[in-house]
Amino acid sequence: MAALINVPARAKRGDIIEIRTLTSHIMETGFRHTVAGALVPRDIITSFTCRYNGAEVFRADLFPAIAANPYLSFFTVAKESGKFEFEWIGDNGFSSTASASITVE
Amino acid sequence: MPTTRRQFLSIAGGITAAGTLVTLRPLEATPAMLNTAIRNVVGEAPIRTGKVKLDIPPLVENGNTVPLTVSVASPMTTDDYVKSIHVFNEKNPQPNIGNFHLGPASGRAQVSTRIRLADTQKVVAIARLSDDTFWQAVADVVVTLAACTEELN
Repeated sequence: MAALINVPARAKRGDIIEIRTLTSHIMETGFRHTVAGALVPRDIITSFTCRYNGAEVFRADLFPAIAANPYLSFFTVAKESGKFEFEWIGDNGFSSTASASITVE
Repeated sequence: MPTTRRQFLSIAGGITAAGTLVTLRPLEATPAMLNTAIRNVVGEAPIRTGKVKLDIPPLVENGNTVPLTVSVASPMTTDDYVKSIHVFNEKNPQPNIGNFHLGPASGRAQVSTRIRLADTQKVVAIARLSDDTFWQAVADVVVTLAACTEELN
């Protein structure tokens, strides 16, 4: 899997937890040229979504100004045990998913 | 081998032709583009300074990966929360950096990522709160090695 996900394995109900994700992607800006002068076509991840037991808790629209191998960190409230699902969508039909489980006590 | 006049003209012609292609898309976002990008998100609403904290190093050696954290002072309850955070730059080829959509379930209005900066410039973070007011923070960043537009080898 080309993604690194950091979600706490367990949390107390109501805790605010940090989620960190890193995915491998070139994030080619579409503004670079080869030495020969040809424009290198854009190839970026344009959208990232995090769902917690099916409900969207975080979404990001990304632009070429996001560095290669996009890193995102954000927060959510631990409400119930279950699953986080992550989805990255990008140019040229790029799509990647990952998931992580959490136990809430 | 010294360049003859004919060779020089043919090369110069080639560069001009390539230059015309390139100028179809401006290489750097001017402050006017920055304003347009901000207005596309904010509309005509006033933008107030405050509430938003923008953490970015003031001096960056490598513009290819610059850590950025935006946090907003908000209780993040169902009636008072941050809807979204928008980050813009002044001089990259494109003024947008990212839009981050949050909600009351976020608990804390804070987002971190790593960005590219093509030049020494201003970075602007704008938060939209649940009452549809907009708050901003601006940071100046000095960049020694630019990102985005360098040639490939």
